[in-house]
Amino acid sequence: MDAETMTAPDLSRLARQRKRAAWAFLAPMLIVLAAVAAWPLARTIWFGFTDASLDQLGNAQWVGFQNYLHWFDYGNGQGEWEGVLADPRWWRSVWNTIWFAGLSVSIETVFGLVIALVLHRSFPGRGLVRAAILIPWAIPTIVSAKMWAWMLHDQFGIVNDMLMRVGLIDSAIAWTATPGTAMFAIVAVDVWKTTPFMALLILAALQMVPDDIYEAARMDGVPAFRLFRKVTLPLILPGLLVAVVFRTLDALRVFDLIYVLTPNTDATRSMSIYARENLFDYDKFAYGSAASTLLFFVIALITITFIRVTRMNLERED
Amino acid sequence: MARLKTYGFYLLVAVIVLQAVFPFYYAILTSLETGQAIFDINYLPAALDWSNYRSMLSSGVFGRQFLNSAVTASAVVVLSLVLATTAAYALARIRFRGRGLLLLTILSVSMFPQIAVLAGLFELIRAFGLFNSLWALVFSYMIFTLPFTVWVLTTFMRKLPVEIEEAAIMDGASALTIIWRVFLPLMWPAMVTTGLLAFIHAWNEFLFALTFLSTDTQRTVPVAIAMISGRSEFEIPWGNIMAASVVVTLPLVVLVLIFQRKIVSGLTAGAVKG
Repeated sequence: MDAETMTAPDLSRLARQRKRAAWAFLAPMLIVLAAVAAWPLARTIWFGFTDASLDQLGNAQWVGFQNYLHWFDYGNGQGEWEGVLADPRWWRSVWNTIWFAGLSVSIETVFGLVIALVLHRSFPGRGLVRAAILIPWAIPTIVSAKMWAWMLHDQFGIVNDMLMRVGLIDSAIAWTATPGTAMFAIVAVDVWKTTPFMALLILAALQMVPDDIYEAARMDGVPAFRLFRKVTLPLILPGLLVAVVFRTLDALRVFDLIYVLTPNTDATRSMSIYARENLFDYDKFAYGSAASTLLFFVIALITITFIRVTRMNLERED
Repeated sequence: MARLKTYGFYLLVAVIVLQAVFPFYYAILTSLETGQAIFDINYLPAALDWSNYRSMLSSGVFGRQFLNSAVTASAVVVLSLVLATTAAYALARIRFRGRGLLLLTILSVSMFPQIAVLAGLFELIRAFGLFNSLWALVFSYMIFTLPFTVWVLTTFMRKLPVEIEEAAIMDGASALTIIWRVFLPLMWPAMVTTGLLAFIHAWNEFLFALTFLSTDTQRTVPVAIAMISGRSEFEIPWGNIMAASVVVTLPLVVLVLIFQRKIVSGLTAGAVKG
């Protein structure tokens, strides 16, 4: 039978059945997500308020905000502030992370835009070029960190060799070991690795712009740069912003690259590195959990602010 | 003038390609050199010495680690596709209250910094007795593969016309039958795309693998590579590191070359995670 011959009760029964099926289908996925995301997050936040240590997770006692900030009294009337919020190393890592994210995402946006504009034109071999720029994206971060560690090697590195041949530097530089250049080395490798992602997202936005707009502008003899600024850029801006947000969120949680390329350096320690160090290397599990919690709220705040500001419509109900 | 512009354009194209492939090319060059030759800087292939690869493969541990990576990534792909396909059907084709909010919640999980769940996951994995087991990775990787897979498959399913399942519904087919008979045959392009991306993410993951595995034979390749070190800074076996790097990257490069269209469409359709 077809829809016309079905009676109303039939249809509503069908709808109820389908609703029940919907929840049955969603349940496994939701349970897994709750188990890998919601529950662990709640536990991390809780650990941040306890005195948990790596081998004493079960006996953790509530200590309030002690891991975040407390006054440590020497007993002679003097004392000092202790806790994550009083730790200059934490604030240094916050600053490092923001500086890293801001710098690398800005550079990636510019490079990504250039590559996207190149790929938007049709020329022989375009497919190959697109495949080539996907390579840095596909290479594991650890591998790219190691490859660049070797290329940036102070004595045997090819980067120093290239720069000396061209005459840009007179003597070899220890890029990753010098505090002044370590962060730039990190940014350079991150830009190399993630610009392809940016370029592809911007390219997708470019391809959404209808061709007749360009046709009309060309007829009117609008110069290329003005066309880009006045027509193309406003049209791709929403897509560009989405790409910038995803990259920023990713950059704010940077871990692998710094862990491998410049381990144990104050100049490049990120929030994630700081948190993990305390969790597992210094046996300050509770303290590390507090730092993880702070990191989570920093990122959540940035995300919510952005969604509010741009009124991103994520629901897209039909 | 026009000719100059064309030359300029192709010069730019050349620079883009060169910067993208050079580091990998240089890693291959280094991996084929041993002894003193490694420390001579050369831009073109100078040696063809497979001993780094031979010593790595004959050590036994590396083969095991490669297998660990492959098994973990494959299991992650299968599990996330199974969980996501049924969930995406419910989210895309059945109207119920709270659907939009649910999608938003799922999407927001993909923004979670991994470090924020690390302490809680560590506790959970130890409680389940999964510490130092590959299952710990398969389980924890769901945090980044599931939201993305659900999101992309839902978007894809929404675009399919209502008519395709109408007949099946009227015939009284169960929802599971509809997914299996009607949707799966149409879904495979989206499933290949999301599967590939899930595979690549799982293959490359580092933080969880570093934290939840503790013995050499259980490690995945990225962690193994990060752990290769010499007795001193001057004895770091760069040749071995580069050989391992090439071996772990090669499968990905092949996937990218074969499936570049699918990967690009997945990255931009989801645009959830790089």
